Amino acid sequence: MTTTDSSETAVAPRGKRRLGDLVFANSARGAGLLILAILAGVALFLIVQSLSSLTANEGNFFTSSEWSPEAGPGEEVRFGVAALAFGTVLGAAIALVLATPVAVGIALFIVYYAPRRLAALLGYLVDLLAAIPSVVYGLWGLVYLVDQLQPLYRFMAEYLGWIPLFAGPVSSTGRTMLSAGIVLAVMILPIITAMARDVFTQVPQTHREAALALGATRWEMIRTAVLPFGRPGVIGGAMLGMGRALGETMAVAMILSPSLVISPNVLQSGNQTIAAHIALQYPEATGTGVSALIAAGLVLFGITLAVNMAARFVVSRRKEFTE
Amino acid sequence: MTTATQPTATGSSGEGPDIQSSGLYSRQLPTYFPAALLVVCAAVASGAFFLLGAFHPVPVAAVTAIGYLVAVTTSSAVVENNRRAKDRLVTGVVYCCFAIAVVPLISLLSTVVVFGIERFDLYFLSVSMNGVIPSMDAGGVYHAIVGTLVITGLATVISVPIGLMTAVYVVEYGRGRLKQAITFFVDVMTGIPSIVAGLFVVALWIMVFGPGQTNGLAGAIALSVLMIPVVVRSSEEMLRLVPNELREAAYALGVPKWLTIVKVVLPTAVAGLTTGIILALARVIGETAPLILTAGMASTRINANPVEGDMMSLPVYIYKAVRDMGLSGEAGVYAEERAWAAALTLILVVMLLFLTARLVSRFLSPGKG
Repeated sequence: MTTTDSSETAVAPRGKRRLGDLVFANSARGAGLLILAILAGVALFLIVQSLSSLTANEGNFFTSSEWSPEAGPGEEVRFGVAALAFGTVLGAAIALVLATPVAVGIALFIVYYAPRRLAALLGYLVDLLAAIPSVVYGLWGLVYLVDQLQPLYRFMAEYLGWIPLFAGPVSSTGRTMLSAGIVLAVMILPIITAMARDVFTQVPQTHREAALALGATRWEMIRTAVLPFGRPGVIGGAMLGMGRALGETMAVAMILSPSLVISPNVLQSGNQTIAAHIALQYPEATGTGVSALIAAGLVLFGITLAVNMAARFVVSRRKEFTE
Repeated sequence: MTTATQPTATGSSGEGPDIQSSGLYSRQLPTYFPAALLVVCAAVASGAFFLLGAFHPVPVAAVTAIGYLVAVTTSSAVVENNRRAKDRLVTGVVYCCFAIAVVPLISLLSTVVVFGIERFDLYFLSVSMNGVIPSMDAGGVYHAIVGTLVITGLATVISVPIGLMTAVYVVEYGRGRLKQAITFFVDVMTGIPSIVAGLFVVALWIMVFGPGQTNGLAGAIALSVLMIPVVVRSSEEMLRLVPNELREAAYALGVPKWLTIVKVVLPTAVAGLTTGIILALARVIGETAPLILTAGMASTRINANPVEGDMMSLPVYIYKAVRDMGLSGEAGVYAEERAWAAALTLILVVMLLFLTARLVSRFLSPGKG
């Protein structure tokens, strides 16, 4: 944080205010205010445009799982986000459970285990995962990965089927929530890794050397000095990754074979996420249909906003502690 | 006693055969042991699967990894001690984690290259889909490339001034509540789901132009919402790296603050700023969901006018081809080939941007030119 304040210590010369200074300072402030306005506009426009369908809705928006917002003559407008919200959270949870331990492992590998000269290059390799567009992940998942996962799913259903989560029968296409969750896990891996790497490199050298000097092995040094110091960063990174997984659209829309049910069976096809539902339904939607999708988007916006703000809060608290 | 006398990496310089045999050091596995064990495990695993007639790299790798972890832990526990055994186990697990991350990367890139190369040629890059019916062995991505260039170009033109000026405000001018609020909400904005950015523009467009209007400008605005926070964050970091002495020197010569920023601070940081902008561009160029909502999916012809009708882009082209994969017969096969070839095109574009960013940061940075 010292670098932040240093720029303010250099005080510009006082004197009569020049026109250029005034214009430049105000346009800089204007750009900052514009960003706040955009964010407020996102929330405001979504609320305004979702009102028309929400007032026409005969079902309960939060507890219903139906989706028929475009009523024909003599029909009622009924739609709700219960199944969609469940699917969104389920997918993000699968991704988080799979990705977080691996990401911590990768971060440890890059910071403490990899040969010094290779470390930067290997870190770059993990960053490449973040550069691949989600639509390409979707294509790869749909055409290649789901077939490769089939034997694993059959194995899991046979031997772990007694756990309700993995109950059979296995979907014959492999286009299940677990497949989507695995692809989401790969997509959020670089986000969590980047955050964990950041905190692991900031662990004070004195802490680490003290542990080693007491005769700790490398793992004991990591367990006693690195992990306690890095925990808030890892939690913050995991939550940022979760925010990404909640809002990810294309990979889920392409891989999952959707249905609007609340089902915890991740090996069977079914479930759907808010984002994917919007992308799939929008091209055919009109009138209240569009408005209902905007209402669903508002729910997604609310969820991700809450998760992201919590994540930023956790990360910024860590900064206060370390200084 | 044994625990207190483990040799560390720094203490090994003074060790000789005399000390080793004097009992000061505990017994230790030779340094080549892990590598040798890994080779043995891999050989045994692949041999076993080969004899069973079910050779496949993934289960072989999984069995090798598990076998290695078990063997290295037990042998270390027998020869060395339990703490060393745990250390070796964790080392193995951490290496495995990295391998797990690399597997999907290699798998994805190799699949895209192998399948994409089938149809990836000059013809594919230089024709559009205008007049191509699904069962025709024809058509290409030219209109999608044009659309991607126009939409992302416009998004850059919108995002860079706003993002850069915000970064200047936060670093050079901002203080107090407003600065804190902007920093915090820029962070929050980074997490807006791309589909929500699309819906935002849809809602805006309904209010301004009425329902059902899709065009390239709408897509560009949606992408800007995603691009601005990335530009702000990276520019902010780059401006902070500019040494304060440069600003003070300019002030001492009587240069006004705004000229100091324009003539001293920004040129010093230009390499980092450009790199950040290119990386932000690489991030939004693959966005699909907001463009489906705002720029439409119907366009098959070349359209370079951002305010007139649907505009195709590379990611949406891939998605559209994937939806056509369900068509029966030849049509489905052609659609799949087009999807992979377009995916290869998009990945090449992104990699090109990444490479440019690296080169820019290498050759434009201060002291190198």
